[in-house]
Amino acid sequence: MKILVAVKRVVDYNVKVRVQADHKAVELANVKMSINPFCEIAVEEAVRLKEKGVASEIVVVSIGPKGCQETLRTALGLGADRAVQIETEEGVDSLAVAKLIAEVAKTELPDLIIMGKQAIDSDNNQTGQMVAALLDMPQATFASEVVVENGEAQVTREIDGGLQTLAITLPAVVTTDLRLNEPRFIKLPNIMKAKKKPLVVKTPEELGISISSNVSVLSVVPPAERQGGIKVGSVAELVEKLKNEAKVIA
Amino acid sequence: MSILIIAEHDNANLKPATLNTLAAATQIGGDVDVLVVGSDCQAVAKQAVQAQGVTRVLLADNAVYEYQLAENISKLVIELSSAYSHILAPATTTGKNMLPRVAALLDVAQLSDVIKVESADTFVRPIYAGNAIATVQTSDTVKVITIRSTGFDPVSAEGGNAELVTLSQVIESQKSRFVGEELAVSDRPELTAANIIVSGGRGMGSGDNFKILDGVADKLGAAVGASRAAVDAGFVPNDLQVGQTGKTVAPDLYVAVGISGAIQHLAGMKDSKVIVAINKDEEAPIFQVADYGLVADLFEAVPELENAL
Repeated sequence: MKILVAVKRVVDYNVKVRVQADHKAVELANVKMSINPFCEIAVEEAVRLKEKGVASEIVVVSIGPKGCQETLRTALGLGADRAVQIETEEGVDSLAVAKLIAEVAKTELPDLIIMGKQAIDSDNNQTGQMVAALLDMPQATFASEVVVENGEAQVTREIDGGLQTLAITLPAVVTTDLRLNEPRFIKLPNIMKAKKKPLVVKTPEELGISISSNVSVLSVVPPAERQGGIKVGSVAELVEKLKNEAKVIA
Repeated sequence: MSILIIAEHDNANLKPATLNTLAAATQIGGDVDVLVVGSDCQAVAKQAVQAQGVTRVLLADNAVYEYQLAENISKLVIELSSAYSHILAPATTTGKNMLPRVAALLDVAQLSDVIKVESADTFVRPIYAGNAIATVQTSDTVKVITIRSTGFDPVSAEGGNAELVTLSQVIESQKSRFVGEELAVSDRPELTAANIIVSGGRGMGSGDNFKILDGVADKLGAAVGASRAAVDAGFVPNDLQVGQTGKTVAPDLYVAVGISGAIQHLAGMKDSKVIVAINKDEEAPIFQVADYGLVADLFEAVPELENAL
């Protein structure tokens, strides 16, 4: 079977982001960018399914400026077979991204679409669910275990009260939670091989998809600063402060 | 304007996050209907009828809705959607699972984790793990929004008198079925609703050591939480996780024990009223946000704290 994996290029998770002086957005110039951690887990899961003989081909897709070709090369280095970039400016909203991925899926006809549960920049947690809706496929979000057999996927999901297992009929969409797997390190020879793997570039126009959005960002500001407080010398002093100064315990 | 809220519940009880979402809806203004969709969930509907600010409670009670699968419930919501300008759900795992599906079927954007209502079309939400706050405006005809419960004080669960309407639509989920679940059991208050939370991190060393937090939590009537490091190390189940990818909390008192304070964790708890950090590493970033910091070995300090309470 074929697996389609969507990956996003985001500010590296270790970077302390700064808001632009004009309060229009977060500073992205000269900031280290990486593959979104949840997307990396999605690629790893697809590669593991291929290693188990469940999947035969892995196609990765990314939407954004030229820089996301690097992200696609990372995914190819992890073990994906070929890549599709849909070239756009920064800041395409989740619905437009979902429409583009759904359109790619209509030609690629994957049996499984794996995506991260959320991107660590916009923190939306929407795209996988939207892709599933647009393709009228079942979904299993926040997956911590995926078993594919007999034309369905049994997926264990992380929910608020604990874990839930669903069986969804393929083709289907799965979004990954952090505990699904630990992505491998890419070895140098695989980076070299990844450079030779096919990567095609398309545009939203070619796919016939409008990426205009009805949502506009009016401002982006830093959160209210929290002042560091005081250090106390002992447990007794701590309890005294919590009772009499902060008054949060009786 | 009319607002539809999809209630968070477990077929027996209306979850508090619904009341926070009702508070957000009240700020938007207009009639507010609450959809209770589940199986054998009459009791939930009765509770929703009594919540403040509800005009009507729409009850869809059928076995096909028992596990609140996104595939069929989203279709039910779409059938109801034409009467509403806003469709809201709490930003719980259920809401996050279901609502983007509704938005895509309506061909509109969704706003996630809204923490503030500016007006009927303008909302505030955190991005980059809470390191930036975005104000966004939407011109979509139907505004589909998940509400972060810690951003809004809950409305009262009593005193309301909504009209109860029973829905007849039955939409089966054909491509998705429930197999099983493993729910964590706890006598303690629910994490997102607790006034006091005691959380442990990697510094706890093992799952067994988490038991030393229980004594403190019991004396304070607190919930126990954990950092991602503690969950990943297998010390405690993932439903205790506080952070960007876990639960967002804002209690009156948050006690971080053996937690370094990674960005990811801070995103989930930095709106707490008072933060206490107990850590033996005085350089730990958690001390930069803590109101009261104690540099000490947690294995000595925590039992001492229990005795002092």
